[in-house]
Amino acid sequence: MEKITILEGRQSQVYEKNTEQTDFDIKCETTSLSGSVSQRACVFCGSRVVLYPVADALHVVHGPIGCAAYTWDIRGAVSSGPELHRLSFSTDLKEMDVIYGGEKKLHRSLTELIEQYQPKAAFIYSTCIIGIIGDDIDAVCKKVSQEQGIPVLPVHSEGFKGTKKDGYKAACDALMKLVGTGSTEGIGTYSINILGEFNLAGEAWIIKNYYEEMGIEVVSTMTGDGRVDDIRRSHGASLNIVQCSGSMVKLAKMMEEKYGIPYLRVSYFGIEDMSKALYDVARHFSDNPAIMDAAKRLVSREVGELYPKLQKYRKALAGKKAAIYVGGAFKAFSLIKALASVDMKVVLAGSQTGNKDDYAGLREMCDEGTVIVDDSNPVELSKFVLEKEADLLIGGVKERPIAYKLGIGFCDHNHERKIPLAGFEGMLNFIREVYNSVMSPVWKFAPRKGGVS
Amino acid sequence: MTTMKTAKTATQNACRLCNPLGACLAFRGIENCVPFLHGSQGCATYIRRYLISHFKEPVDIASSNFNEDTAVFGGSHNLKLRLKNVTQQYKPDVIGLATTCLSETIGDDVEMILKEYVALFEKGEPLPNGKPLPVMIHASTPSYQGGHIDGFHAAMKATVQKLASGGTRKNLLNLFPNMVSPADLRHMKEIMKDFSLPCVMLPDYSETLDGGPWAEYHRIPKGGTPVSAITQTGRASGSIEFTSVLTAEKSLAAYLEDAFGVPRYHIPLPIGITLSDRFFGTLEKLSETPMPAKYEDERRRLVDAYADGHKYIFDKTAIVYGEEDLVISLAAFLREIGIVPVLCASGGKSGLMKKKLLDLVPDLEDLEIKVREGVDFVDIEQEARELKPDLLIGNSKGYTMSRKNKLPFIRIGFPVHDRFGGQRLHHIGYRGTQELFDRIVNTVIEQRQSSSPIGYTYM
Repeated sequence: MEKITILEGRQSQVYEKNTEQTDFDIKCETTSLSGSVSQRACVFCGSRVVLYPVADALHVVHGPIGCAAYTWDIRGAVSSGPELHRLSFSTDLKEMDVIYGGEKKLHRSLTELIEQYQPKAAFIYSTCIIGIIGDDIDAVCKKVSQEQGIPVLPVHSEGFKGTKKDGYKAACDALMKLVGTGSTEGIGTYSINILGEFNLAGEAWIIKNYYEEMGIEVVSTMTGDGRVDDIRRSHGASLNIVQCSGSMVKLAKMMEEKYGIPYLRVSYFGIEDMSKALYDVARHFSDNPAIMDAAKRLVSREVGELYPKLQKYRKALAGKKAAIYVGGAFKAFSLIKALASVDMKVVLAGSQTGNKDDYAGLREMCDEGTVIVDDSNPVELSKFVLEKEADLLIGGVKERPIAYKLGIGFCDHNHERKIPLAGFEGMLNFIREVYNSVMSPVWKFAPRKGGVS
Repeated sequence: MTTMKTAKTATQNACRLCNPLGACLAFRGIENCVPFLHGSQGCATYIRRYLISHFKEPVDIASSNFNEDTAVFGGSHNLKLRLKNVTQQYKPDVIGLATTCLSETIGDDVEMILKEYVALFEKGEPLPNGKPLPVMIHASTPSYQGGHIDGFHAAMKATVQKLASGGTRKNLLNLFPNMVSPADLRHMKEIMKDFSLPCVMLPDYSETLDGGPWAEYHRIPKGGTPVSAITQTGRASGSIEFTSVLTAEKSLAAYLEDAFGVPRYHIPLPIGITLSDRFFGTLEKLSETPMPAKYEDERRRLVDAYADGHKYIFDKTAIVYGEEDLVISLAAFLREIGIVPVLCASGGKSGLMKKKLLDLVPDLEDLEIKVREGVDFVDIEQEARELKPDLLIGNSKGYTMSRKNKLPFIRIGFPVHDRFGGQRLHHIGYRGTQELFDRIVNTVIEQRQSSSPIGYTYM
């Protein structure tokens, strides 16, 4: 087999844990090496994923058609009510608009769309060329907001102006303009906002139910099953809990600064992290011991139910090897722990956007020989997956065909999943997904298992 | 109930994709070629994701990863690095470079940049991999112009412009099949072989986008039209091009005719018996051999199937949407089996759709068939509410409106994101028509069966 080498300029973004090499200095948080096939997206993508689930807002993409077409109903973020977020709106700029500017078209588009759909707010996303042709979208948004009497929020998400993380920031900036504009009347002491939870396959509802069972009021979820009015009054909550390290810590920090609301970072994947997410919140409200009691009861009940069910899968999966390549590194932590609960080993852990601390943390958690990688590409991922003889790859839709081509099981842990993987019940779904893919008899025909290529 | 005002300025639920997507798809059909987008990272990533969801195959698309400096100072700045990296990592024979709205808007002169790049190595810079540079093909595909189908044709026209050369005529036929499925492409190759017609088909992603398993990672999947074959297109004895609306200016075949005197035979996409007859008839003429018995048999079975199924579908109405060339041929096929395509719609906007449809469906106006270009799915849905068709025929993106309006839905073309095997759907020739016909009849039967309170077991 041909030796695959890491691209010059990428060596420092790859690290293999071994005892001899004690210095750990992985390069990350840089832009992608030009010409490599990064699995990353762009600033626009970052903003779009964060804001997308706000279901009663209008999401208008200002630019040529592509950006809106590729993000139409793209995620499994579900709503319990309005579903405006599942439609795709674009100003669909043409050559003349690019030459003469698209402000008028944006204004007309917004006015008509707001009249038709009566949204609670509107988010206007700038795409690449808006940054070049210089449309003043702030001014247009302000004008439309005054005319229509709803918040019309510019999202500065020109694709080339940074990485996906900058898109998260732009989204948080837009949300922050809504936060604090509603009445906090009636919000109690034991209240939280759930941040960085996008309600894929109804996951936010699972989490919300847990907290409500503990006697905690959930003021808003951002942005899963999100509502503009909830976001507007979210500054009335006592605590923010933030999942998904990359996307919404920024908002939590801004809310802490402006409204003095502390925040906790949590994850809802796997038994360990899910339980911790509940206990941490209970500990925060330690003046009310009933909350901790409820949390304990809940965890004990759920784990009691879940644990026996996992055993069948553990028997089958013990010793199997997994490769993890996900968007944010924080998710990788949870996945490693979740896989450990069925005795699976992790041979590769990587992310698109992790930072130094994240990777140091991964290094701590992983076994000898585990490869840790930042901003990888298909060639590299395949190299490691084959070299490490992984039985499973966990990633998103772009990684799936790599796994299947090479005859390796796959679990989609990205935006398109249709089965909830969060919470205790999600843990069972996750392991079942892993089991269904790893244990399928079809792999016996794969070339790496002796089949014909 | 008051009528809701409909926003017309914005595009809602677009019925087309952007120009660079088509270019990337077409470049995938050249052997050992890497599609390369000159623009932001997101363009490559979104397009990869979109294509992967349909083809279920790895689709690597390189990107020049614009950042703010690139946008301000121009993309030539890091050109050397990006092309070199792709060359090093993928070892391609061809780099298919397509522009995006961003690189076009800042006014990068890609031709000039490519010349500068090549000059670097002529001046003594060591070659990546120590081998001659890959062929670099540049297609201009800003997404503020046209849609994905324009990018598809632009990429292939740029390819023959770059590679085709003249010379002594060869016993060789060019086949430009348009944006059809890998299964369709395989079928075309089989037909050419059965007619013993040496042929260059461009593009050919029949294997690159629907291939077998791998023992090791392939940077570029095998398959595709080789460069050596494309160079010969200028010496071919003729070009068959499946199109109704492609003007001489955009057509590959017209370019080859103009530049090298290769005669152009443009035929609408061969869907239905009439149009397939036209295609096979052209092959008979060019090969000077009668249609092989195998296809006679396929045709006879199809005629027989039309008879067996005609009553289920006669006078049913359908809305058809998609690329203009696809819609035009489908409409002709539907008329052939007694279905009225009450609305023929496309997100494309050639300005020619109605005219070309009239050629194939002369009673278009008597039947009050509506033809609409440049529409989105909200437009189509509004028409659907008025027209109340029996069937909806088009790509997966019509699912939302089909569900909402309870319209039986037949998925064809690209993309098929919500069903399995979109890359293996047949659309063209007698065989493709047979498959389409069976699916249409079965959709009607299923609708009748499931809406009947009786639960008939024979239909």
